[in-house]
Amino acid sequence: MGRSVFMGLLAFAWVSSTVAAQERPYFVTYDHYLEEPGALELAFNPLFGSVSGGNDFLAGSIEVEYGATAWWTTELYLDGQHTENESTVFTGFRWENRFRPTEREHAINPILYVEYEDVNGADKVISAVVGHDVASDFAEPNSESRQEVERELELKLILSSSVKGWNLSENFIAVKNLAGEPWEFGYALGVSRPLALAASPERCSFCRENFVAGLELYGGLGDTEQFGLANTSQYLAPLIAWNLPSAVTLKLSPSWGLNQDSLPFLLRLSFSIEFPNLGSR
Amino acid sequence: MRSAVAAVAFTVLVLASSSAMARKKPESQIYAQLAHVPDEARARANPLEADPDAVMAGRKLYERHCAECHGATGENGRKGPSLLVPEIQTAASGALFWVITNGNVRAGMPVWSKLPEPQRWQLTAYLKSLGAGR
Repeated sequence: MGRSVFMGLLAFAWVSSTVAAQERPYFVTYDHYLEEPGALELAFNPLFGSVSGGNDFLAGSIEVEYGATAWWTTELYLDGQHTENESTVFTGFRWENRFRPTEREHAINPILYVEYEDVNGADKVISAVVGHDVASDFAEPNSESRQEVERELELKLILSSSVKGWNLSENFIAVKNLAGEPWEFGYALGVSRPLALAASPERCSFCRENFVAGLELYGGLGDTEQFGLANTSQYLAPLIAWNLPSAVTLKLSPSWGLNQDSLPFLLRLSFSIEFPNLGSR
Repeated sequence: MRSAVAAVAFTVLVLASSSAMARKKPESQIYAQLAHVPDEARARANPLEADPDAVMAGRKLYERHCAECHGATGENGRKGPSLLVPEIQTAASGALFWVITNGNVRAGMPVWSKLPEPQRWQLTAYLKSLGAGR
């Protein structure tokens, strides 16, 4: 049943629209491009994590993204995970909003990001690394970690530039647990470029212009009590995105932990479909 | 779980209310953007003007990124204004390129600098070709 629904969605996406998604290739870093107004994007983002001395896991989020206006994009995520030899759990939701304060393109374009999240301690989606997030957090059994409730406000300053086909993005992250814990900080940096800058005149799925390759670096910066790179995890992740002419985008990114506080290996995938002009007559 | 249901319900409300904000704006407001193009940008010539493939590639890009709002022929868009009017067809290539790049965010047109510069010039070439056949 599940497989037939998936195949049906895939087929629908393939034939229903000629609009191409032009998605950011990043998984953690944000650039300054918002969803087109009126467009709805559905995405499924699985993540496999390898845990030293613990059980490997498969986490995932279902993402609903909507371009409310040309300067405001809103997204809802539902998170869950399965940990080997343990259990499968729903871990909570996140609601994010991105706002574009400027009307025109500049050398550096700011975006303001506000997210409220209500997840439990078993959440393993790793949408960002902040504070003192370390590998040992992932070894805690689901039965214990899911008892911990995390209601957090996450703020990001997103800076992004486009130069000669390259995108350079820098995100500065601040997270406040509403239970009164100190502010935690993190960062994400990304660089990406399409494999071809000019479009070919033919309709094609495998043209180089449809592929975007890049690299992202992300990690924690401690908290207000201990700011810095110590006792937190850092990751480096090459990535590739394939924007199909049928409004489907596929993304792949292996990540490697850069220090002993990081998970040794993550594999991220994403499958998204965009539906333009939802709600317009 | 109850909080997740509340979040879904809230999101549906946001989607419903904001769809009205994404609807078509007055066309005069859109075309007025052309008057704000800096002289330096307006003076830029299309580097792909002599490229025989530019119009075809631009057409492909238009169908993928622009037709949903401006209409398949550029004339009867659901949200975007007509691109066949004199304001557009007599505009300098550099001015069209600048509007594609910067969008008209307050009027609902997103920035398209996410497309590499050669693709924006290809789009410009196609937009100019729309008027040539009339």
